[in-house]
Amino acid sequence: MQTLGTAALVTGASRGLGAALARALAREGARVVLVARGREDLEQVAAGIRAAGGEAHAIAADVADKEAVYPIAGAAAALAGPIDILIQNASTLGPLPLPYLLDTACEDLAQVLEVNLVGPFRLAKALVGPMALRGKGLVVHVTSDAAVTGYPRWGAYGVSKAALDHLGRIFAAELEGTGVRFLSVDPGEMNTRMHADAMPEAGASQLRDPAEVAERMVAMIHAAETIPSGSRLEAMAWADLPRLRAAAS
Amino acid sequence: MTPATWPRPEPLEERLLVVDPAKETYADARIGDLQPLLGHALLIVNDAATQPASLRGRGPRGEPLELRLAGWTGDGEWRAVLFGAGDWHTRTEDRPPPPPLGPGDVVALTADLRAEITSVSSLSPRLVGLRLDAGSESVWSALYRAGRPVQYSYVERPLPLWRAQTAYASRPWAVELPSAGRPLTWGLLLGLRAHGARLASVTHAAGLSSTGDPALDAALPLPEAYDIPAKTAAAVREARAAGEKVVAVGTTVVRALEGAAASGGGELRAGRGTTDLIVDRSFRPRVVDGLLTGLHEPGSSHFALTTAFAPASLLELAFRHASDAGYLAHEFGDSSLILRDTLPKP
Repeated sequence: MQTLGTAALVTGASRGLGAALARALAREGARVVLVARGREDLEQVAAGIRAAGGEAHAIAADVADKEAVYPIAGAAAALAGPIDILIQNASTLGPLPLPYLLDTACEDLAQVLEVNLVGPFRLAKALVGPMALRGKGLVVHVTSDAAVTGYPRWGAYGVSKAALDHLGRIFAAELEGTGVRFLSVDPGEMNTRMHADAMPEAGASQLRDPAEVAERMVAMIHAAETIPSGSRLEAMAWADLPRLRAAAS
Repeated sequence: MTPATWPRPEPLEERLLVVDPAKETYADARIGDLQPLLGHALLIVNDAATQPASLRGRGPRGEPLELRLAGWTGDGEWRAVLFGAGDWHTRTEDRPPPPPLGPGDVVALTADLRAEITSVSSLSPRLVGLRLDAGSESVWSALYRAGRPVQYSYVERPLPLWRAQTAYASRPWAVELPSAGRPLTWGLLLGLRAHGARLASVTHAAGLSSTGDPALDAALPLPEAYDIPAKTAAAVREARAAGEKVVAVGTTVVRALEGAAASGGGELRAGRGTTDLIVDRSFRPRVVDGLLTGLHEPGSSHFALTTAFAPASLLELAFRHASDAGYLAHEFGDSSLILRDTLPKP
């Protein structure tokens, strides 16, 4: 899907991968709406994008708050036009240090699902209908290898991301032929605050820069029509096949 | 007719009064029966989301008032209708008048949102132009925090914003729910499409339906903005060429399409515009063959619009039947489909 002249909404855009994705999309000509809870950090990222010549709008809101969903969707469409690309990046690990499932409070599991699954479901409900009507749209769910591998201590988070992947698959099946596509993308291990929170003992030297991952994800967005809707992909393992073929021929 | 006081849980079970002007008859159906009635028609909806257009505030001398946005007129500029103290629990016609306000007066809405009056209409002192100011923040974010949807006294409890949206609501241009599309679920829309119907959209800034001021109510609808996508204009041309019917979902879609065609010399062109078109029995529609809409009381301006598509006598007869049969009125009420060749000859 082309990004030039489209409107993209990125959740969790105040830092880490979300901020990097917002910057990368704006560089590629998208009008970007940034959503996160912390107004100050968010405004700073938006101001940086504008200073670099991009179009960015900041909406301080909590994607897990049911009452915030239509205000986010409405303000975003008013500011940037009908949303073409939705990047569901905001997520929480839950309580730290990460506990075993048997030590996870039921309320904490529910809270992680609220932020990582129900919030994205609600935002998709508000934004995907108009995409289907216009016959064009892309929803990217940022997932994790914890969604497919049963890592000890990653229970609440892993369950939420596995469910998010499946949400995208079912949306894709139901909306086949409407022009709205869904992708789940695992960005891999990155040098972000979330990674440091989860694994404080791990060094940063082996970790990727979120800006590099964001560049790769924007390339995936550009090639989205060549990727089956509902697919789950690893950002750094994905090869941009059409472009590689074009380069080889 | 009794108003519906709250959205009902099963939109497909809501009642649908089918009026066929060609066969000069009407019949009872359900929203879930739309597919065979529409066949291969092109269905055009209004994708405007509903703004939180009702704002509580205080005038320059601390007077409590309610301000209802009536339409966006430019960058941060709006048209609005003012009411005195109170809220939606009171019928609009029983609301006290607002304090007299003039250009330069400031209405404090919330800590971070204020409205400066820029003009007062000659139609009514309640109708004003204003500029919203949220300081360094976007007006839209502040508006969504401060406002709530406009609602009327027959609705039984405060309406959350999501209840005032269609399933395909996009840009927040409407100050009231474009309610004809409210019962259209995605299950229904995708089913229509799978059976050969086509879907398209316009965005139309649906305005207030009532202000409580007789002089102002008589002037409704005020000029309303619309945007017609190139895809929709092309879909209309294709439907025409294929001999398929064009069905508007709601009176706002009729006004957008016919208003655009009227300003384009009869031809529907894509793009933005503003229309003050009045559609009534003398109007000859150039784009729209029929419409899905609510149940409109004879004598209302919405009823007058429907008489461009069916004889008033037939519509009056059908309305009386629906009223006797317990159909419900207003934005959460039942629907009617006014479209030729949908029913067998009586």
